[in-house]
Amino acid sequence: MSSDHHKGIAPHECGQCCTHIDNISVTLDRHPVIEDVSLHLHCGELTTIVGPNGAGKSTLLRALLGEVPHTGSIHFHPVFRPGREDAPAIGYVPQNLEFDRFSPLSVSDLFAASTSRIPIPLGCRRSVRKSALSALENAEAGELLDRRLGNLSGGELQRVLLALSLTPLPNLLLLDEPVSGIDLPGRELFYRTVSELRHRFDLSILMVSHDLAGIAAVSDRIVFLDRRVIAVGTPQEVLANTDFRHAFGLDLENWRPA
Amino acid sequence: MIIDLLAHLPFEWARYEFMRNALVAVILVSPLFALMGTLVVNNRMAFFSDAIGHASLTGIGLGVLLGLADPLLALVGFALLLGLGILTMQRLTRASMDTIISLSMSFSIALGVVLLSRGGNFNRYSHYLIGDLLSITPRDIGWLCLTVVLVGGGILFYYNRILLIGLNDSLARSRGLNAWWTQVLFVASIVMVVTMNLSWVGILIINSLLILPAVAAHNIARNTRQYVLLAMAVSLASGVVGLLISYYAGTASGATIVLVAMGFFLLTLAAKALRRGGQ
Repeated sequence: MSSDHHKGIAPHECGQCCTHIDNISVTLDRHPVIEDVSLHLHCGELTTIVGPNGAGKSTLLRALLGEVPHTGSIHFHPVFRPGREDAPAIGYVPQNLEFDRFSPLSVSDLFAASTSRIPIPLGCRRSVRKSALSALENAEAGELLDRRLGNLSGGELQRVLLALSLTPLPNLLLLDEPVSGIDLPGRELFYRTVSELRHRFDLSILMVSHDLAGIAAVSDRIVFLDRRVIAVGTPQEVLANTDFRHAFGLDLENWRPA
Repeated sequence: MIIDLLAHLPFEWARYEFMRNALVAVILVSPLFALMGTLVVNNRMAFFSDAIGHASLTGIGLGVLLGLADPLLALVGFALLLGLGILTMQRLTRASMDTIISLSMSFSIALGVVLLSRGGNFNRYSHYLIGDLLSITPRDIGWLCLTVVLVGGGILFYYNRILLIGLNDSLARSRGLNAWWTQVLFVASIVMVVTMNLSWVGILIINSLLILPAVAAHNIARNTRQYVLLAMAVSLASGVVGLLISYYAGTASGATIVLVAMGFFLLTLAAKALRRGGQ
């Protein structure tokens, strides 16, 4: 598995490749949901978006996926092909997959449906299974290939979806609250896997999360979003930001009754 | 042709042309019903396809009103309009799907009954409700062949995409699939299959023929391929067995087929319960 935007260049140079998200605004029913959001995402970096409920975090991801109408642009700038800009290939891990838990759909079916044009009822090509297995192994989920999707635990399902989002390798990986509803060991395994994959495949990752404790350790950058970008920086910088501390009730330790 | 060859079978029913036609029709369409049924069940559209079936009543009413000799065209047209209308309304209003479907269904049944009952003539059309085997002519079988090849081929070609869209819209979109057009194609296929078979199966139960084999297979299949193949086997077996029972018992064929399929459903349900208990 190798990402095509890395061909012929040393990994450290790829830090220069990036996805430019410029001036994204979304208006729904005449109310601005997000305004003028600009972010530059570098390869090999995990950027996490935090913000209160209704801050427009998921809307931003849905705008990047092209699901909601928006102004502004999103471009992928490859360092080795100056001047060539493309819409980035996007991988996506949804927040919670709503599906029939008793459905006969297997993990291997999910991969075939997503990556192969040969109709599943006619059978699955060996090459599809092989690439699915190697993607699953990268996401610590190799043993799940022939399990039914409905039989997986929350953590297993998220690792399967992570593996799927990396087949083929995207320029930009979007994770929408990937660990909500997963138990603590499952969260730690998911973060560890994402973190390893980020360095191994030089991925730019944009994640939405509420899990402040977990993301501080795993993120390279944190974006505090409340309709617009309020603060951007390393986890230490943003965690020290007054607006951020206020929004998340982290100021309470200094609070004294009058 | 095959239909004539069937006449040499040593059974009483094989002497009748309508039974030979019916048997060929059942063998042609039941695998297609099963294939579509698996997608309808997976994408939680069982109630949707039910509405399409019931909307046919209005289609027939409009056909009669327009003075068409064969209401098939009005039928297809109205069912298609209703299907796309439901899709669009759901997209625009974001109201819950079952509310919209329920509304559309009551509307189209009411309109259909009003149109067909003008002058107290509803009884003339009641055969559409329970279906009539005699309505299958060799010419119809030609049309059915064409439907099976076109719709079956189309559904197979789009199977993976429809499956993925049913699973999660955003996930499908991140993989470059256009949910809207795939859904439109799927709805059009449901309309074609339902309306083409309406006259012999009957409006009241056509949806069961679509859903039951898939649900029966759903109980015990462990992956999608098994699911489709089992559904096809159940559909074919209930079709043939149900048709023959209806001949000897003198009952409506569509309903008899549905009852046999229901039997298969109960069997697989029991098998599932036994498997659970054994674990």
